[in-house]
Amino acid sequence: MCDQTFMAITFGPCDNCSTTSPLMNIYIKNEPTNYCSFCVEMMACQGLLKGETLASLKNESESLKKKLEEERAKLHDVELHQVAEKIEVVSALSIKTRRVLKGHGNKVLCMDWCKDKRRLVSSSQDGKVIVWDGFTLNKEHAVPMPCTWVMACAYAPSGCAIACGGLDNKCSVYPLSLDKNENLAAKKKSVAMHTNYLSGCTFTNSDMQILTSSGDGTCALWDVESGQLLQSFHGHTADVLSLDLAPSETGNTFVSGGCDKKANVWDMRSGQNVQSFETHESDINCVKYYPSGDAFASASDDATCRLYDLRADREVAVYQKDSIIFGVSSLDFSLSGRLLFGGYNDYTINIWDVLKGNRVSMLFGHENRVSTVKVSPDGTSVCSASWDNTLRVSRALGMPWLLVLYSLT
Amino acid sequence: MARDMTDKEILKMELDQLKKEVSTPRTPVGANCQETISFVEGLAADDPLIKGVPDDKNPYKGDKGGCIIT
Repeated sequence: MCDQTFMAITFGPCDNCSTTSPLMNIYIKNEPTNYCSFCVEMMACQGLLKGETLASLKNESESLKKKLEEERAKLHDVELHQVAEKIEVVSALSIKTRRVLKGHGNKVLCMDWCKDKRRLVSSSQDGKVIVWDGFTLNKEHAVPMPCTWVMACAYAPSGCAIACGGLDNKCSVYPLSLDKNENLAAKKKSVAMHTNYLSGCTFTNSDMQILTSSGDGTCALWDVESGQLLQSFHGHTADVLSLDLAPSETGNTFVSGGCDKKANVWDMRSGQNVQSFETHESDINCVKYYPSGDAFASASDDATCRLYDLRADREVAVYQKDSIIFGVSSLDFSLSGRLLFGGYNDYTINIWDVLKGNRVSMLFGHENRVSTVKVSPDGTSVCSASWDNTLRVSRALGMPWLLVLYSLT
Repeated sequence: MARDMTDKEILKMELDQLKKEVSTPRTPVGANCQETISFVEGLAADDPLIKGVPDDKNPYKGDKGGCIIT
């Protein structure tokens, strides 16, 4: 900002002691202050005292982190891919794009599947949230939001409502009606209120509660009916970008990841942070629980996806390649947990073998970065949303093809 | 919110969290990996994205092409 000119008072009453003397213009936490030289000296000494405790806290923190590492390392007897050496290699995948959903006017930022395995909801930078029928490409509902950048959307388990939010700092729930002429925007219910953008939202096991994550560094659990805050989760030291609920059999926990490079596992009832993992080298864009519920994976701007085992309390696999340098924005697992789909900022989707740690296949087709990747509830299709304004639904080719070829030879 | 907290408060929060975490119960990686592998092996045979979906059950297959003119 060297082309700006501003006034600096160099003689006058001091902000601290009010004596008229030559002033020193200093900036404390971006606030301009004018102190006389004596007050500056005093303040520097005070700063030292504070500095000492800051340093001692930092030292304690560092030594605890080292101790934690040692404890975790003790149990690190073998790597996942070593144990997985004896398993058969995954057979060549034949996944192809079956449907391209066009209709959004701007970048598609998020999508979610309905439990009926055919409907999807997607939200976009153009401020629209669209509910699609994946089989027929029909747009069943289109809801205009009052803000642009609708960064999160979710389908209710019953299929009767959707939740979405973004730069408006709120999460709103819209009940879906069968009557096409009804104005959905009028039925809107504001549920969550954060002090910064909404980065992720998901319904818990019922339509009655919503879990949200926000740029204000917190996650929160809300009651849909009353809009009341049931529990809030503090612990991240920067924006929280993603969250995922544990699969229902394994209890009331969820994992969140954020710009502080940490992935935290929380207990929903107590609000406590039960486990924390910090091995990524950059912002964590997406976190996803493993189908078994005992592990989760995270996708980061450092171009890697990492798998963390919750019982061993450590990272057990890193999915990376020297040729992959673009950040991963989203990931999801296939039904069995053998495949990991990662959506990258280089417009591709890389498919990794979770157990062996190598890349099995790639999906091309998008013309801009992939923002969200989600596998359908029955595991038959994977949908990817992208900044090229489209969504693509991909499936594996059927087996009978191969049988026909066999009989010809 | 984290951005409203001073550095000292953030460090204190991290310290409290670390103290709790040092005492969490842990199990060896090898055993857990084995469990994960057997979980996957059990389900992998039915994974529709690995083995594919037969054409008659695939609603995305679409028509072979051609049109009907009446």
